[in-house]
Amino acid sequence: MSNSIEKRIELKAPVSRVWRALTDHREFGEWFRVKLDGPFVPGQVSRGRITYPGYEHVKWEATVQKMEPERLFSFTWHPYAIDPAIDYSSEPTTLVEFRLEPRDGGTVLLLTETGFDAIPQDRRFEAFRMNEGGWTEQMKNIQRHVDQHV
Amino acid sequence: MSTSTSRRRAERKDRASVFAALGDETRLSLIAKLSNGSPQSISRLAEGSTLTRQAITKHLRVLEGARVVHSVRVGRESLFEFRPEPLRDLQSYLERVSNQWEHALARLKSFVEN
Repeated sequence: MSNSIEKRIELKAPVSRVWRALTDHREFGEWFRVKLDGPFVPGQVSRGRITYPGYEHVKWEATVQKMEPERLFSFTWHPYAIDPAIDYSSEPTTLVEFRLEPRDGGTVLLLTETGFDAIPQDRRFEAFRMNEGGWTEQMKNIQRHVDQHV
Repeated sequence: MSTSTSRRRAERKDRASVFAALGDETRLSLIAKLSNGSPQSISRLAEGSTLTRQAITKHLRVLEGARVVHSVRVGRESLFEFRPEPLRDLQSYLERVSNQWEHALARLKSFVEN
């Protein structure tokens, strides 16, 4: 078990193409399946509506954090916020980061989502540092037990 | 507000408290000790630790609040036992979020490659 999500994917498209697909709000909307009200601007809230079949009632809301051209795009949001009856605004947000690296004419995309533990970033570093890999190691041991006792 | 909504809201709150409970070195080591086997007393958990019984009790209460451990009374002593359910719930939640990304990234891939 982990307190974050990490995905790595290789795309057969140049970094510039992937960057546009991530940061142009219309292109983002195409593959993410959301209709956004306007362009992404760092520090500003992005709003829209999910277009994924069955989830059209869901509002999209994220705060754009960083846009470092062709390198890093990040935003904070409420993950899995799909129940319109729930006001998620008081709940902790997670940080989603897309990192791009050119590779042989294509792009390596690293996606991470962190902050599920609701611990502020500066404190999390302290909490999870421990010994080298300590948190992960401990969790592995605990995980073994969790798996064994289903 | 429907019952299922309030239940889901409670589940989200619980998850945050479980994650927070795990984000502390002492508590994590307490869980690790308890996850290896049978219920243990505070004195037993305090063995080989520099922490006072009071400090350990405080951490155990946090874990109890997140329902990661529960206490059972045996004679005059309280024993603490590990409960794997909240961690299992956390895991399936992360898996759901992870699957969403898996699908979104697959759509991004076909979007930029075509």
